[in-house]
Amino acid sequence: MSLDTRPQTGTTTQTAVDMSVDLAGVTLPSPMMTASGCAANGKELARFFDLRELGAFVTKSVMAQPRSGRGTPRMAETPSGMLNSIGLQGPGIRAFVDQDLAWLKARGARALVSIAGNTSGEFADVAATLRASDAFDAVVGVEVNISCPNVANRGLVFACDPLASAKVVALVREQLPRDVPVFAKLTPDVTDIVSVAQACVKAGADGLTMINTLLGMVIDTDTLRPQVAGVTGGLSGPAVRPVAVRAIWQTRAAMLEGRLPTVPVIGVGGVRTGRDALELVAAGASAVQVGTATFNDPSAPVRVGRELQELLQQKGFHRFTDAVGVAHERTARG
Amino acid sequence: MSAGVVQVTGELIASRRAGSYHHLTFVAPGLAEHARPGQFVALAVGGPTSANLLRRCFSIHKVSPSGTYGGTVDVVVSPVGPGTDWLASLRAHDEVDIVGPLGRAFPLPTEPVPCVLVGGGYGSAPLFWLAEALRERGCHVEMVLGAATEQKLFGVVEARRSADAITVTTDDGSAGTRGWVSDVLPEVVRRSGAAVVYACGPMGMLKSVTDVATAEGAVAQVAVEESMACGVGVCMTCVLPVTGNDGATRMVRSCVEGPVFRGDRVRWDAFEDGMCRVPADAVGAPRAGGH
Repeated sequence: MSLDTRPQTGTTTQTAVDMSVDLAGVTLPSPMMTASGCAANGKELARFFDLRELGAFVTKSVMAQPRSGRGTPRMAETPSGMLNSIGLQGPGIRAFVDQDLAWLKARGARALVSIAGNTSGEFADVAATLRASDAFDAVVGVEVNISCPNVANRGLVFACDPLASAKVVALVREQLPRDVPVFAKLTPDVTDIVSVAQACVKAGADGLTMINTLLGMVIDTDTLRPQVAGVTGGLSGPAVRPVAVRAIWQTRAAMLEGRLPTVPVIGVGGVRTGRDALELVAAGASAVQVGTATFNDPSAPVRVGRELQELLQQKGFHRFTDAVGVAHERTARG
Repeated sequence: MSAGVVQVTGELIASRRAGSYHHLTFVAPGLAEHARPGQFVALAVGGPTSANLLRRCFSIHKVSPSGTYGGTVDVVVSPVGPGTDWLASLRAHDEVDIVGPLGRAFPLPTEPVPCVLVGGGYGSAPLFWLAEALRERGCHVEMVLGAATEQKLFGVVEARRSADAITVTTDDGSAGTRGWVSDVLPEVVRRSGAAVVYACGPMGMLKSVTDVATAEGAVAQVAVEESMACGVGVCMTCVLPVTGNDGATRMVRSCVEGPVFRGDRVRWDAFEDGMCRVPADAVGAPRAGGH
């Protein structure tokens, strides 16, 4: 990979860029994370890198009960991306905390636990079970997945409606101690993402994760029927990165303009390289998740972090946090 | 990394056509030493800026832990899409990112029992290596290779070396017996007194093999072909319904819990017309309205 360089002034020895970040009161050594649903619950990727190298390991969205997910085929490859129609397969929150979270804790990983529910009450129940678990001290935050398109109503998700979003966030927030931040994961499939963000923050979200997949569809032109068994699915991968950059940008701009309280944004969507990550950071992301790229390269979440650090160093940054939202400062307003 | 799985840059050292297929040999340091028959590798395609992000998974045809070039791994590719076309077009010294060995290998019998190995198309790729492992244990090994046409058979010559007997079928009769492997399999299983039938190929064939094996009192061990995005257990796309030791059916990942399953544990009743539904009695199955 070729990197932009600019003349370095001063000393010839450089100290490494400080990659640590404060995310709604929780200090993480790195802004890099896995993305929910793209990393399972840790054991698989631990064969390729030490999970402690990540700022946080983001687990697959877990619901109250075990869930089989949908039939197959569950995916279709698309230009620079993929469509998935998994349907939130998972073990249920009890088995998750006893087995997966306990395992993550034993490995010293910091867990950002993604939770989901069919109703706002189910989200609250899942959060309560999580809090009551023995491994809860491994949890550095909870990501509230109100935006998975692979649910029975096909994309008509909580995060399409500010009121429904606010209700889920408020109920989850009540169940968790104040020092455990709650992040609302948003969909870009809305008319105005800022109004959904406003509702979530007002209801108690300590931060935002954006973006989830976009609702999409692929038709198999040999059989002339939908290629995935679930008919529609979630589109992800580098193809959607500009949508993520736009969503992060709009939200950050609203914060800078005082239309939205300033909260950290976790950027996710189509990140494959350090340069891609920097794009989300410059738009306003304080942390970066690597999702679909992990399918291509199981080491991607840590590789991207190394590339991002090198790129920041070459650009003369001493601290990662100085690059967060920097593109807003460099934009001519007219 | 642990558990014997490595991610390496593999250098292509040989590519040759084999009927409708391409047989590729890569130098893949650290991979061959741990691999066993039935495991697979996941290859990235198209280079670092490829628009085809998903890994392509292939049964390991064979490995040589200490060849002239260091450890090598062989796979057989059927060029049918952009990823497999790219692999087939590679030339010597081109590089491919390889992850492996992945998945569970074929279980080997503890006693030297007769075995029948069934391959559909290039699904036969891992069977020659398996045959050698079985014969080292004193097993009598017969092979049945079937395909649509002679061009789509793989490894007939190799099978004559690897097995004690071989039967070939083609749909059009261009080689061997006209028909399907399931037409000749009952006789082969009966004659050889097989205790285990190993198979790799299309799902429909694996179901037939399971039916025949069960009817003849043999155990079927089948390596399934489910499409995978990652190959390493994180994408959840390659699932199929399998009944566990507790009698419960779950949607399990073929990349980590398979690709080899006992045939009588796979819920073949859920497969229809190129799709697989979640059986109503599966753990966490959708209620009305679906997932």
